Amino acid sequence: MTAGMDTKPLQEPKGTADTATIEAIIAEHAERPGALLPILHAIQDQLSYVPDEAVPIIARALNLSRAEVHGVISFYHLFRRSAPGRQTLYICRAEACQAMGGRELEAHVKEKLEIGYHETTADGRFSLEPIYCLGNCACTPAVMIDETVHGRVTTDRIDELLD
Amino acid sequence: MSAQESIRIFVPSDTTARSLGADAVADAIRAEADQRGQAVDIVRNGSRGLYWLEPMVEVTIDGERRAYGPVEPGDVPGLFDAGFQTGGDHAKSLGATEAIPYLAQQSRLTMARVGIVDPASIDDYRAHGGYRGLANALGMSGKEIVEAVTESGLRGRGGAAFPTGIKWNTVLGTEAEQKYIVCNADEGDSGTFADRMVMESDPFVLIEGMTIAGIAVGATQGYVYIRAEYPQAIRTMETAIANAEAAGLLGETVMGSDRAFHLEVREAAGAYICGEETSLLESLEGKRGMIRFRPPLPAIKGLFARPTVVNNVISLASVPIILDKGAEYYRDYGVGRSRGTLTVQLAGNIKQGGLVEIAFGKSLRELLYDFGGGSATGRPIRAVQAGGPLGAYVHPSQFDTPLDYEQFAEAGAMIGHGGLVVFDDTVDMGEQARFAMEFCAIESCGKCTPCRVGAVRGVEVIDRIRSGIEAEKNLELLRDLCGTMVDGSLCALGGMAPFPVISVMDHYPEDLEPAS
Repeated sequence: MTAGMDTKPLQEPKGTADTATIEAIIAEHAERPGALLPILHAIQDQLSYVPDEAVPIIARALNLSRAEVHGVISFYHLFRRSAPGRQTLYICRAEACQAMGGRELEAHVKEKLEIGYHETTADGRFSLEPIYCLGNCACTPAVMIDETVHGRVTTDRIDELLD
Repeated sequence: MSAQESIRIFVPSDTTARSLGADAVADAIRAEADQRGQAVDIVRNGSRGLYWLEPMVEVTIDGERRAYGPVEPGDVPGLFDAGFQTGGDHAKSLGATEAIPYLAQQSRLTMARVGIVDPASIDDYRAHGGYRGLANALGMSGKEIVEAVTESGLRGRGGAAFPTGIKWNTVLGTEAEQKYIVCNADEGDSGTFADRMVMESDPFVLIEGMTIAGIAVGATQGYVYIRAEYPQAIRTMETAIANAEAAGLLGETVMGSDRAFHLEVREAAGAYICGEETSLLESLEGKRGMIRFRPPLPAIKGLFARPTVVNNVISLASVPIILDKGAEYYRDYGVGRSRGTLTVQLAGNIKQGGLVEIAFGKSLRELLYDFGGGSATGRPIRAVQAGGPLGAYVHPSQFDTPLDYEQFAEAGAMIGHGGLVVFDDTVDMGEQARFAMEFCAIESCGKCTPCRVGAVRGVEVIDRIRSGIEAEKNLELLRDLCGTMVDGSLCALGGMAPFPVISVMDHYPEDLEPAS
């Protein structure tokens, strides 16, 4: 599955951030106990991020304050408040990857893409995010591109994956 | 076998196997078989956990599985030429899978079916002993089930090692209209993947274990809180739950009984602290994952303030075999107060990384060298971080410590969730100490000051020490700070993040000296 990236069509957000879309997503989950995380995941799955416009709509639907909703979004590393690049590259920064050259891989990718963590390349192709463990710890270093995990990723291998 | 019958070929679908190209191997086998006009049935099983051999392809010959690996797509035509479908010899032949020493020397109880069965198939699960534990449990009282779990000596495999039966007994004895079973599948410790393997390779064992827990304590609703970093585990669990519902193994009438149990997957969102059980409960309730004061215990006031069992994946997945084969069968494995088996995960710089389920009592050295084969780079092993990012770095002088909760604690280390992250002699232990504090600073929920502020100060002090700025005074300060965090933090994050730092100060002080 080495060339998977290039064959994949460029991702566009599947929906638009209009009120009706967000309300429809909320309605689907609002009755579940502890509905806020499922709602935020569903919005992010559909729109690729949780737009600020969604916050008051969610707050009203769940009878929460906007501050509470914002507080939850900002607490969790994996919720995004702006649209990411077409693909997201997650580099594992944790110890099992460090033991096999994860720090060098990290530095190499930042230099190659000319961005730091939580940034997106100028051409919009990649967003770069740190991640703390993909559970691929016997075959490290590991990265994940969108939802595909790659193991034993050398600097040469990441170049192949990114080019 | 008739000539028309297609040959079953097992190609793992586990995340690690796929991260090494298992999908491409499956595609290549399919294409090659089509080209040769041969009928093959490719089963996407989980992984046996012999990760250095992945992608490891298996076939069944006379009822026995034979393995080939690590297979690359380019090997596939040669494998067909060699007749691997019928056990033909090839350079990648590994012989009978169960005879591979790494596997043969294990005691797979919890992981009995991992890598063997098709994870989506209830029939396969049942054919390999599944649902016998639940069938027994349905004929027992809640008290009897809890007694069996207590008798087995099972302790929480998530890291805290609290006796599972005692936790269940508290929930059983607390009256409430609604109780919950929560599975902590927020396996965030680096070096651990056993939970992921269970969910991806044998999801029904977790479903069965949770159902038994529900029947035992009188809970009708369960949640599996799975980390978002495990998309495949989430999908596999969701499929398995739907299949179990369709087969009447979950729902209003579990196995045709008058007992109800419902189960739902909830996806986490990347906060390490949510592996702490009270943070996890907050998160399930739709809030920030801020830890709660204890008491009250979650067993008395847990999810939505109701009595709640919160157990790790491996703890719950160990319950079916206890109810199937009896508490004594499980308890007979192990040493001292560490009963049963531990799912050790060999990770990092290790030649033969993977899953080793063994009875407690083996030494760290046996695991690292007999199973692991030493470091992947061939260099001397200099440090092993045991028990995740909050665990001490174990020095080679301590490698004879047996795997036993109490003996590890005496050595200033912890077994935790059983992850062992191996480093060779090129590691900079000063950098590792700094990372422990940095990680704590990133992941702190912020509720208590020793953790929230202490971790940030810890990074700064370590930087000063490594730059040679008043090193002695700052080392003293660092030790004092570690003590404050250990004594003053509300939960294990701030309370244990200093352990790796202290172990570096004690065993690798030379690495905290400024680079000359």
